[in-house]
Amino acid sequence: MGDHHHGPAKGLSRWLFTTNHKDIGTMYLWFSFAMFILGGFFAMIIRAELFQPGLQLVDPAFFNQMTTLHGLIMVFGAIMPSFVGLANWMIPMMIGAPDMALPRMNNWSFWILPPTFLLLASTLFMEGGAPAAGWTFYAPLSTTYAPPSVTYFIFCIHVLGLSSIMGSINIIATVMNMRAPGMTYMKMPLFVWTWLITAFLLVAVMPVLAGAVTMMLMDVHFGTSFFSAAGGGDPVLFQHVFWFFGHPEVYIIILPAFGVVSQIIPAFSRKPLFGYDSMVYATASIAFLSFIVWAHHMYTVGMPVAGELFFMYATMLIAVPTGVKVFNWITTMWRGALSFETPMLFCIGFLVLFTIGGFTGLMLSIAPADFQYHDSYFVVAHFHYVMVAGAVFSMSAAVYYWLPKWCGRMYNETMGKTHFWISFIGFNLTFFPQHFVGLAGMPRRIPDYALQFADFNMMSSIGAFIYGASQILFLYNVIATIVAGKPTSEEKVWDGAEGLEWTIPTPAPYHTFETPPKIDPAHAHS
Amino acid sequence: MCFEAKRLLKLALGPVLMLMSVVALASGGEASQVNMSPGATQVGERIYDLHMIILGICTIIGVLVFGVMFYSIIYHRKSKGFKPAHFHESTKVEIAWTVVPFLILIGMAVPATSTLLEIYDFEDAEMDILITGYQWKWKYEYINENGENVSFFSNLRTPQSEIYNSQPKGEHYLLEVDEPVVIPVDTKVRFLVTANDVIHSWWVPELAVKKDAIPGFINEAWTRASEEGIFRGQCAELCGKDHGFMPIVVNVVSKAEYNDWLAVKQAEAAEIKELMAQTFTMDELMERGEAVYARACLACHGANGEGGVGKAIAGSPIATGDLGTHLDVGINGVPGTAMQAFGGQLNDVEMAAVITYQRNAFGNNMGDTVQPIDVYNYKKG
Amino acid sequence: MIRFTANPAIDTVIKLVTVAIAMFAFVFVVMVPLYNVLCDALGINGKTSGEAYTSVQAGVDESRVVSIQFVATNNEGMPWEFGPTTAVMKVHPGAVNDTLFHARNPLPKAMVAQAIPSVSPARAAEYFHKTECFCFNQQPLEGGAAAEMPLQFIIDRDLPRDIKTITLSYTIFDVTDMASGAVATR
Repeated sequence: MGDHHHGPAKGLSRWLFTTNHKDIGTMYLWFSFAMFILGGFFAMIIRAELFQPGLQLVDPAFFNQMTTLHGLIMVFGAIMPSFVGLANWMIPMMIGAPDMALPRMNNWSFWILPPTFLLLASTLFMEGGAPAAGWTFYAPLSTTYAPPSVTYFIFCIHVLGLSSIMGSINIIATVMNMRAPGMTYMKMPLFVWTWLITAFLLVAVMPVLAGAVTMMLMDVHFGTSFFSAAGGGDPVLFQHVFWFFGHPEVYIIILPAFGVVSQIIPAFSRKPLFGYDSMVYATASIAFLSFIVWAHHMYTVGMPVAGELFFMYATMLIAVPTGVKVFNWITTMWRGALSFETPMLFCIGFLVLFTIGGFTGLMLSIAPADFQYHDSYFVVAHFHYVMVAGAVFSMSAAVYYWLPKWCGRMYNETMGKTHFWISFIGFNLTFFPQHFVGLAGMPRRIPDYALQFADFNMMSSIGAFIYGASQILFLYNVIATIVAGKPTSEEKVWDGAEGLEWTIPTPAPYHTFETPPKIDPAHAHS
Repeated sequence: MCFEAKRLLKLALGPVLMLMSVVALASGGEASQVNMSPGATQVGERIYDLHMIILGICTIIGVLVFGVMFYSIIYHRKSKGFKPAHFHESTKVEIAWTVVPFLILIGMAVPATSTLLEIYDFEDAEMDILITGYQWKWKYEYINENGENVSFFSNLRTPQSEIYNSQPKGEHYLLEVDEPVVIPVDTKVRFLVTANDVIHSWWVPELAVKKDAIPGFINEAWTRASEEGIFRGQCAELCGKDHGFMPIVVNVVSKAEYNDWLAVKQAEAAEIKELMAQTFTMDELMERGEAVYARACLACHGANGEGGVGKAIAGSPIATGDLGTHLDVGINGVPGTAMQAFGGQLNDVEMAAVITYQRNAFGNNMGDTVQPIDVYNYKKG
Repeated sequence: MIRFTANPAIDTVIKLVTVAIAMFAFVFVVMVPLYNVLCDALGINGKTSGEAYTSVQAGVDESRVVSIQFVATNNEGMPWEFGPTTAVMKVHPGAVNDTLFHARNPLPKAMVAQAIPSVSPARAAEYFHKTECFCFNQQPLEGGAAAEMPLQFIIDRDLPRDIKTITLSYTIFDVTDMASGAVATR
């Protein structure tokens, strides 16, 4: 890294060749926001088509491409990179490290992402269109019956996997080796803990996804029959492999969000996090359980009854550690001195909506009831309550919470609160009615629907437009803050905030903790 | 579940259901359905009860948890000068809120397990229907020990004009088929579910059946409808372009009606065999052909043979060219395009009629007729 | 602690890369074979053994009769006429039974087919023993040719008594384009 004492290089080369964790974090965050807008744009097309019964705007084949790309881009392009960006910015600052352990690999793991997503988006313009088998791309729809662009799609998944694995290895290496003296594991801020566990999950399951798409590639081009009964394979095998990756994947998305919330709620409650140890154990239990519940996505494929029972019981168990987390957060708030700045509002929004998503998750875990819920809009509502309200709300909270530290300027509080309330209302208007249409029998991934579902779908579309528009306000607020926000140089921007990141100057200098900080042994975690 | 507990649940669910119905009424003139339907089977009722019990338990927990949170939000505010406490752990409390939810989960698992075991009890089915998912329609085959198997395809009946908004939509928009599957009431019917191409999923909410149709493998499900009526469902697994356009309609009728229906279908099958041996006049073929065209070809080739998803029939080199090529396209389809092989979907009489119709309608004027025996011979090579 | 290098961070990287590679290999060397083993053992998807059954049953259990239904499905793009010659057979567990499936290739070109069996209820699959089956091999037919294909099977005497009907489904696939000679495992 050469001379530590100069600032960033000038111009484009600063960003292309940077090995600075803050620069890379910034790029990840902006990139993920761009993907969030793109994936959101696809969602708007979906909701516009579903505004009324009948086909108005797009044909069914294109509609399927939209649902597929919306899912893939939101999961792999928006949510995952946004948390990697946050990890890059915050983990070294939280554990008192000067940078990530592997800065050059850090640069690569970011820079392979943009071309990959460009390639993925360009499949829309290829002959036969983009992949259209949903973000879960079940075989044989995604193999024998896929458009030619599936080969590019498989390549994209491989590269994304590689990027994620490199990012995770970097995070694990950083956390395990770069902690300041005295920063023991059980003193680490919870955000670091949840990311450490997430990174282990990623290293374990991204190769499984790579294996699944490799088998697809071989089936499509090299005459194997992993997923085709004709040659002795089995399409259901694909689902097992996919969900063996896929279920840990949803926890990969949500665990860092848990970490963020565990940082912010104590800050605005002016009271230490309740049950730190149990939070760590609960996170680890959730990660462990995520490996033995995958087939609850497949209750209707015709498993033996013993299999159904096993996966049902194991899935129900997840409610226990998840419940512990929710109880801990609420107890943290209990008898605190609460104030409701924008980050706290988003965390409370997270708590309420994520808990609702958790309840519907529990309902979905009940195999016999799932025969009615499965692949209906009830499922769509459920995973948007946990993904959007879980990951996106907590990400918004994180940006508002740490933005003053990053750029030394305060965001506009009124605009932030407006963003929250419009998001909250828009989100619920979009997704709450989807529970109703799902229970009434509307399947997911359909471009047109029966008349009985019309009212709620219109409501849902209006909500989606509102929620979409609120993100423009978010973008404006962030840019306005960076360009012209009220300057602040207070080290501790929030009076209740705890942790090493609040001991360095504001805005955070290009290089921090070049000499390790002293950790007060009496002072527990964050 | 004891009576008291049920009443408690009803009390807890009261407000939720009220909210649901208010939302439903506010959203439109007539109430939209906002909850799962217990449907027309005993299993469906059990699933519905299970759903309501768990929804109720979740609601109670939610009210308690959010109650505590909102109490804190209202009373423990910094702006009210509330001084923060400093506690940050309590082993007793933490053990309690690990153990209590665990016990609640066991309480949920008991009825869930017994319902699941009931759903998996396939014994003593009185009849079997083989359901095959196709892109994008369903085929039903009644497996009879005595006599001919009855088999037919069930296609979406909603016209393209309704889908593309040039005509007002009918009451059962997208949930209507040309030929519903018919089953007798109070009879345990076993469904054998498989697929011809990709994975589909056969779902009729009111019969409480959802089972994936997997190409190459066979799955089973069963239902026993306890009331007569028409029940509608849809494919529930993304299966390609027209996934949203392959509905299911099940007509549950009395046993006597069912036997009559089956007799008629079996007679029809026999009749078709007989028709195969007949020679039809041009007019007869054109009349039959028009009906077949409307059912099997119109969606893609247009009401006037002008084309659409498929090529135009009017003036087409195939419909005004060599008869053998025309039969080949109709019977075997064109691989790699949307033109399917209709040889297995239309019987020989229908195929003969529709080919004749295509060659002599929409301004095409070949003047030749195709007889069922010609189709039969063509298929035999 | 195992140490590979002096730099502990590089050590961590080596270990994690090993884990990632191991997980990729895990898919191919563990998950796929394990799934196939579990399918055979538990009859997932109603899969039956792909090899001829050679043991001899202890005798015929004449105390009960099991109804065997045969159904046939053509996969997409498979134009053959294909089906059982007998729709339903009543058999005693332990007895050796023979039946025939009929196939005809209506196209003017030679084709190769593979029939894939699947048994319902799935838990009956492990008690359905085929001593001879056309599904063990790919079946070629000249253009326009027809064939009667034999199936010989035994229902195991240990078949649970509550199973009274077994459905054997064959789905026939066109495998002309696949590497000919490669025998399917199932």
